[in-house]
Amino acid sequence: MSEHSGPHHTSKMAGADGDDSLYPIAVLIDELRNEDVQLRLNSIKKLSTIALALGVERTRTELLPFLTDTIYDEDEVLLALAEQLGNFTMLVGGPEYVHCLLPPLESLATVEETVVRDKAVESLRKISQEHSPVDLEVHFEPLVKRLASGDWFTSRTSACGLFSVCYPRVSSTVKAEIRQHFRTLCSDDTPMVRRAAASKLGEFAKVLELDYVKSDIISLFTALASDEQDSVRLLAVEACVSIATLLPQEDLETLVMPTLRQAAEDKSWRVRYMVADKFSELQKAVGPEITKNDLVPAFQNLLKDCEAEVRAAAANKVKEFCENLPEDSREQIIMTHILPCVKELVSDTNQHVKSALASVIMGLSTILGKDNTVEHLLPLFLAQLKDECPEVRLNIISNLDCVNEVIGIRQLSQSLLPAIVELAEDAKWRVRLAIIEYMPLLAGQLGVEFFDEKLNTLCMAWLIDHVYAIREAATCNLMKLVEKFGAEWAQNTIVPKVLGMANDPNYLHRMTTLFCINALSEACGQDITTKQMLPVVLKMSNDQVANVRFNVAKSLQKIGPVLDSNALQSEVKPVLEKLATDTDMDVKYFAQEAISGKLVFPPPAAETSLYVRFYRSGKPDDHAVFLSSSTVLSLA
Amino acid sequence: MSLSWCVCLSSHVSLSLPHYSCLSLGVSVSPLMSLPLSLYTHVSLSLPLFSCFSLGVSVSPLMSLSLSLSSHVYLSVCLSLLSCLSLGVSVSPLMSLSLSPTADIISTVEFNHTGELLATGDKGGRVVIFQREPEGKTEPFSQGEYNVYSTFQSHEPEFDYLKSLEIEEKINKIRWLPQQNAAHFLLSTNDKTIKLWKVSERDKRPEGYNLKDEEGRIKDISTVTSLQVPVLMPMDLMVEVSPRRVFANAHTYHVNSISVNSDCETYLSADDLRINLWHLGITDRSFNIVDIKPANMEDLTEVITAAEFHPFHCNLFVYSSSKGTLRLCDMREQALCDKHSKLFEEPEDPSARSFFSEIISSVSDVKFSHSGRYLLTRDYLTAKVWDLNMENKPLETYQVHDYLRSKLCSLYENDCIFDKFECAWNGSDSVIMTGAYNNFFRMFDRNTKRDVTLEASRESSKPRAVLKPRRVCAAGSKRRKDDISVDSLDFSKKILHTAWHPAENIIAIAATNNLYIFQDKLNSEMH
Repeated sequence: MSEHSGPHHTSKMAGADGDDSLYPIAVLIDELRNEDVQLRLNSIKKLSTIALALGVERTRTELLPFLTDTIYDEDEVLLALAEQLGNFTMLVGGPEYVHCLLPPLESLATVEETVVRDKAVESLRKISQEHSPVDLEVHFEPLVKRLASGDWFTSRTSACGLFSVCYPRVSSTVKAEIRQHFRTLCSDDTPMVRRAAASKLGEFAKVLELDYVKSDIISLFTALASDEQDSVRLLAVEACVSIATLLPQEDLETLVMPTLRQAAEDKSWRVRYMVADKFSELQKAVGPEITKNDLVPAFQNLLKDCEAEVRAAAANKVKEFCENLPEDSREQIIMTHILPCVKELVSDTNQHVKSALASVIMGLSTILGKDNTVEHLLPLFLAQLKDECPEVRLNIISNLDCVNEVIGIRQLSQSLLPAIVELAEDAKWRVRLAIIEYMPLLAGQLGVEFFDEKLNTLCMAWLIDHVYAIREAATCNLMKLVEKFGAEWAQNTIVPKVLGMANDPNYLHRMTTLFCINALSEACGQDITTKQMLPVVLKMSNDQVANVRFNVAKSLQKIGPVLDSNALQSEVKPVLEKLATDTDMDVKYFAQEAISGKLVFPPPAAETSLYVRFYRSGKPDDHAVFLSSSTVLSLA
Repeated sequence: MSLSWCVCLSSHVSLSLPHYSCLSLGVSVSPLMSLPLSLYTHVSLSLPLFSCFSLGVSVSPLMSLSLSLSSHVYLSVCLSLLSCLSLGVSVSPLMSLSLSPTADIISTVEFNHTGELLATGDKGGRVVIFQREPEGKTEPFSQGEYNVYSTFQSHEPEFDYLKSLEIEEKINKIRWLPQQNAAHFLLSTNDKTIKLWKVSERDKRPEGYNLKDEEGRIKDISTVTSLQVPVLMPMDLMVEVSPRRVFANAHTYHVNSISVNSDCETYLSADDLRINLWHLGITDRSFNIVDIKPANMEDLTEVITAAEFHPFHCNLFVYSSSKGTLRLCDMREQALCDKHSKLFEEPEDPSARSFFSEIISSVSDVKFSHSGRYLLTRDYLTAKVWDLNMENKPLETYQVHDYLRSKLCSLYENDCIFDKFECAWNGSDSVIMTGAYNNFFRMFDRNTKRDVTLEASRESSKPRAVLKPRRVCAAGSKRRKDDISVDSLDFSKKILHTAWHPAENIIAIAATNNLYIFQDKLNSEMH
């Protein structure tokens, strides 16, 4: 450094000072080719910082050429690169130079990984807007053509997504070329390209002049819709929606409907599935008249399809389809055409079909009104409430609010209760979990009286379920019920039962008391918490199981804000201090955390994975052994 | 086509030493047919060294050599390693030295769609890819030869702790995907897990660091006064193989087939009782399309032995069963293809019924013809061609080794009767090929109805020699000169896996741990 010290080296010194600021950038650049993917990814994500340091000129002449050739990298790096380049316009010198970004994006648009290609296309679409009309024709459009006539299908599929962004902004001769390229890709040899073209057909149609839609797009659409590959045909159904929206009503019958009818009766169930899946969109696109004449019978057929997947997709659309029917004939169509099919689906052989139907069928009651609901729909609801498949019953129960609005829930309650009880005791814990989640909703619909009488016992029984997830959900459920029914209700009905569990011989049940107190204290308020809950918590600090003791420490911290400061000082603090000298290191830790008030409650999942207890003999409490997380690992 | 195959055997050490010493042994004409054939062969190395070529990490050659000392063929290892290194293949230290002696038995052979590449899988979980040399190189005979292009470890032995089950690393099948960009993709599977691999070339590497020189020595920071962007410089061609997807946990039983759909986005995988449909881009779910598992496993009478998609109707696939039947399914009809569209079955001849009937009628392989019109199946004694439009009997039946019919009892005792022979079509669907015992393989010309038995062995097939047709004389019949008696057949030398170039008359034959590549002499002379 001594040579730098002379006065005539001042300028060099300044440069050397600049080196310090260069250092982080130099690291970033070097890490672009680090062996560790994470470091490369990190550098790519900070590409704008690198470009900024290099300046626009060097970014254009050095950085971009390097990036253009680095397509060997891992997908996640390429994905990040493709995304970055979409926001790079200012870093290469503004819209005037935006075309410099095309070469790297072009090479990214040809890689085999779909997500990377899609992201490159997305970025290309983005920067196409920043091209001047001249640049678009000089730089962008030739790139689209190159991709469209590339040797590998990957580049041709990418081209499909670029036509629609440049078409509106180029001259009419170029437009004609673009249309020709698109036509060629629609009849490409490989199904992958035809699929890409079919999926972009609707989007491309939107930017085309109406005459060309009629002359060009319709013929391409018809050809793709009768492609030999199912996977191409089913994408044409999607295009059908966009095309139908573009055409005037009088042309729909001749230009679109023949293809749509053919698709609805396609030999391949996957194509029919697609029609069923897109039915609401199709219905809106073709308008009320065609819906009445064509789509109603088509929908009936889909509801009766021989393939369960198709029936399930159609069943899912029953409510939406009925809602969107023209109002003047809605009720008549539903009653004479749709309802008979729905009745059959209630006793379908496939449970997915039944459960799809159950998730929407309640919605029909608002459309049909009280009388029809009672007469026609209620028997179906009741039948589904008794279905052998729990998912069907759950779906009905989860949508009870729709019926409640129309006919009141009392009509259902007789059948509802057995269904709920059965689900509450289902052997699969996921089913039990699902019904617990609907309890607050049900409680709201049924009212406190009915709830106390019939459902309260269930809610308490879940607290001692043998699956932790159920106990946890039950705790959360109690909190929501208290929020709904109030503190007084809590004091009378659930608090005594919860506190009673503190004396349970099973330490897991004793811990449930603590978890409930954590959840309920806020909703119950200071009075109940201080007078009833706190003494129980404090008493449990003498529990022989360490897990209970450190959960006491956690609970005390949790309920601390609800308690009055007097109780905190006189009762809570001494107990925590005692726990802080416990023989168990975890009890000590959590007590200290609670005292310093820093403890943030870990989510329950983390807790269960970190602290595992197991029993060496049949007597759980005497032999509860604590395993540190490292021992658990070595055991596994 | 005449069934004359000429053959030349070149270099044992197949790891492609830059120069081959190929001997032209001239042309001999057999009394039966004129056989102007030239065969050349790659005898694959029987060494654990393949495993050390999994790519990515490079190690000094010295270390690799010392590791290789434990193997028997020391010299060839060195040579091969050096030649590989010169090809730019780097060597990883992950070398399993505890390979069983059977690890290098070839378990599958497959050409890609252009025939430019040939992949083999072996019992040790390795995949070796051979590339056909561009024609008209320096040596007159080098054109069209297949040299090692890349080698990698596809599967490792695993242990399923939940089921206390060992999962072998043996590659059951390899299937190439249609080429989609400059890279090549292939699927390889063992009993449980299917993997998608990318094979790509790299000929440039970045140069220039800011903070260190190319050898990795840290530069003095004070000398760094400007930023340097790395530049890509040309380098020797390097072949990289990288795993792209792992499709696991979908098969309870052993995967016997994989087949890529003509829609190029899905493929099927079949095990003993189920067939699953996968999307090539999605690894966390697959759809079950066939399930023949009975509710009670004691009622099990039949298992799936092979399955394949139609070459261009994306909705059709066929699967064969251990009862000798073929079922054609149409995926358009239903999501679950439990009900077949067509059932191909030949009524059993009651007079030929025996204890072994069911075992020998089990179909070991099924292949659609390139035209999509015919199906070729192989059972223990015959190869059959079925017309998709005729379900009640095969169009043609070819006896592969009918002389074994009298020996079924001893073949049952040594388990050979359960061998699963594969079969192959030639590019124009006019000839079929399948393997047999004693390193014999059979070809049948469907038009002329002529057939030939050829032998793939180091002794009989010298480089560029013409393969002599062989004859097995059945017990009791009159024995001619050069005939081999049934009793002297070696049942441990079996040719189970064969592949035919999609367009040309080039075939690849896996004979235990040797791979032979034969070429039609006529064909090679045309160039």
